[in-house]
Amino acid sequence: MGLLIKNAVIVNADKMEKKPQDILCEDGKITQIAVGIDAGTHEVIDAAGKKVLPGLIDIHTHLRQPGREDKETIETGSRAAVKGGFTSIMCMPNTNPVIDNPMVVEFIIREAKRVGLCNVYPIGAITKGQKDEELTDMGELKAAGCLAFSDDGKSVLNSRLFRLSMEYAKMLDVLIIEHCQDPLLTSGGVMNEGAVSTRIGLKGDPAIAETVTVARDIEIALYLGAKVHLAHMSLKRSCELIRMAKAQGIKVTAEACPHHFALTDEACSSFDTSTKVNPPLRTQEDVEAVKAAIADGTIDCIVTDHAPHTKEDKEVGFDGAPFGLIGLETSLALTLTELVHKGIIDLSQMVDKMSRAPARIVGLEHKGMIRQGFDADIVIIDPDRTWTVTQEGFVSKSKNSPFIGWTLKGLVETTICGGKVVYKV
Amino acid sequence: MAWKHKHLLGLEDLSREDIELVLEMAKSFKEVSSRDIKKVPALRGKTVVTLFFEASTRTRISFELAAKRLSADTLNIAVNVSSTSKGETLLDTARNIEAMSVDAMVVRHSLSGAPFLLAEGLKCSVVNAGDGCREHPTQALLDMFTLQEKFGRIEGLKVAIVGDILHSRVARSNIWGLTKLGAKVTVCGPATLMPRGIEQMGVDVCYDLKQVLKQSDAVIALRLQKERQQDKFLPSMREYSRLFGINQSKLNEASPHLIVMHPGPTNRGLELSAEVADGKQSVILDQVTNGVAVRMAVLYLVLGTKTE
Repeated sequence: MGLLIKNAVIVNADKMEKKPQDILCEDGKITQIAVGIDAGTHEVIDAAGKKVLPGLIDIHTHLRQPGREDKETIETGSRAAVKGGFTSIMCMPNTNPVIDNPMVVEFIIREAKRVGLCNVYPIGAITKGQKDEELTDMGELKAAGCLAFSDDGKSVLNSRLFRLSMEYAKMLDVLIIEHCQDPLLTSGGVMNEGAVSTRIGLKGDPAIAETVTVARDIEIALYLGAKVHLAHMSLKRSCELIRMAKAQGIKVTAEACPHHFALTDEACSSFDTSTKVNPPLRTQEDVEAVKAAIADGTIDCIVTDHAPHTKEDKEVGFDGAPFGLIGLETSLALTLTELVHKGIIDLSQMVDKMSRAPARIVGLEHKGMIRQGFDADIVIIDPDRTWTVTQEGFVSKSKNSPFIGWTLKGLVETTICGGKVVYKV
Repeated sequence: MAWKHKHLLGLEDLSREDIELVLEMAKSFKEVSSRDIKKVPALRGKTVVTLFFEASTRTRISFELAAKRLSADTLNIAVNVSSTSKGETLLDTARNIEAMSVDAMVVRHSLSGAPFLLAEGLKCSVVNAGDGCREHPTQALLDMFTLQEKFGRIEGLKVAIVGDILHSRVARSNIWGLTKLGAKVTVCGPATLMPRGIEQMGVDVCYDLKQVLKQSDAVIALRLQKERQQDKFLPSMREYSRLFGINQSKLNEASPHLIVMHPGPTNRGLELSAEVADGKQSVILDQVTNGVAVRMAVLYLVLGTKTE
């Protein structure tokens, strides 16, 4: 017995269907897409009036397990993911212990399977212990299940080591994801350096900390003919550099986060520590540039950079609080509200940014599209239904969101992963 | 003109009328300090706590005297914290103190924004006595009071602020206050200690001290923290003193009516030469005297505010 989605208006990255069809999912795969499929003994979901999208894929999440289970676990993170419409998430290696050996990779995969809500793909560390000293055994980590590598949370500052990691990753055909931020330039900054940081007396993190690293990474990618994926781009100038690089055929891809197109550094003047994020919230000019770069393809995909922190950790004043905000449960609605409903991208482009492109970038075959033979990862949304973000509404273990109180337009109704309903509103 | 602020967190939040009210009220409170019996019963039965997470002598004593001259009971607490990540101690400590029925808490902390954390978490009034690099509102109010006393006005005055603008809460509060009252403010200091986008606060930036002195009615010299050299913001103290230290020969090229101010304590020979600090144009001790009057006005106003 399979799962039959009736009256589905399918939105793929390349096409938004006009007429409703039925989608049959069997044994974790999409086995048939047609009009009027016989229900037989199948479990039936009626998607009339909704939009049916391939399950969202977030290639930048922090699940905190192992190590900081008080902030998030694979279980609570998975629940937040499917509530937000994600069927596949990739978790960053800055856990404790760091994801730099196969045992941690296997633990995460096993635990995610036990939870059984969504696919979880661990990202391996580039350097052992994320210490910027020696490369991890990437080949072994790939065999254990790592599709991508990153020292996220910080840059690989040692340029020689970074070059070596890209050469090595090229050989293994895995992706290097770089957190672009030169810590010597950041030098303890806690928000964007500019008129707002000057006004409120918080230490500024200058734009050049990001852009010099973006420029360096593009140059290394060009020199090696290797791929590099640039995480959470937040600046106008970063977008310009990537646009130039792409025009020259350099194999660079890039991602952006909803908070970098929904908020500016003005938000920090409330001293609300959930606005303290890395890279920091930038200026209105940057927000406009990031939106334009998403629309014109300079930015390939949208990621959450879901970074849960406890109330205790965040309630210590702006300087002392850790960086990061949660995003799994709000990213789709923020993207719909800020980009789709404002006409910056259409629904198909959104599916590209949040499902098809991430699948392509990390090499997840059979994901990111609703098509016969593909994995039965599907999300049914009502793009026009409004809801208000509340602290109590979050299923994530942490509540550090600057969007509490916002009314957003676009709601996940049903999430299906591997042909199984894993979330219903 | 009614005062409606329960807290004084910064001059950013005050209107021109609010500031003028404080200065006006300070005038009458200044007279109290010149009496034989330096006390009025305005805040009798109220408890004012000074809670300082950073070392301070002058500001703390000034607040204490201000509270005492208004007949409030005072309690001084100095908390030793070396790390700024101890913000949780701040809220915890403050809540415990407040639980003993405190009416106002005067707080100094190295975290910018710390008073916001308290104002949100406490029921009593919060008066900011300096938070990180953000604001030191009572210092700016006493500076403005002193300027008004010396010049009879603030509107149209040309005021220079010289030194480490980047890390200075005194500079920021003065910029808010002075520009709201119609003064023209120029900031001057090493480019490495000039924060990005400072012009957007409505000030001019000039790196030539002599020129700045020539065009100003008053100059506020800021205290230079010695650790700024360790942080590599400055090549050397000697270089700083040569370029941005105010000495008599530089002063001689400016107007004889120029007054010299400093929030204290001064690094003599660094930002101010001893002869300038003690000279005819210096009003540094008047500032200290006026500090008590201004803080009396602030405590009186915030504690007199009834909030629902």
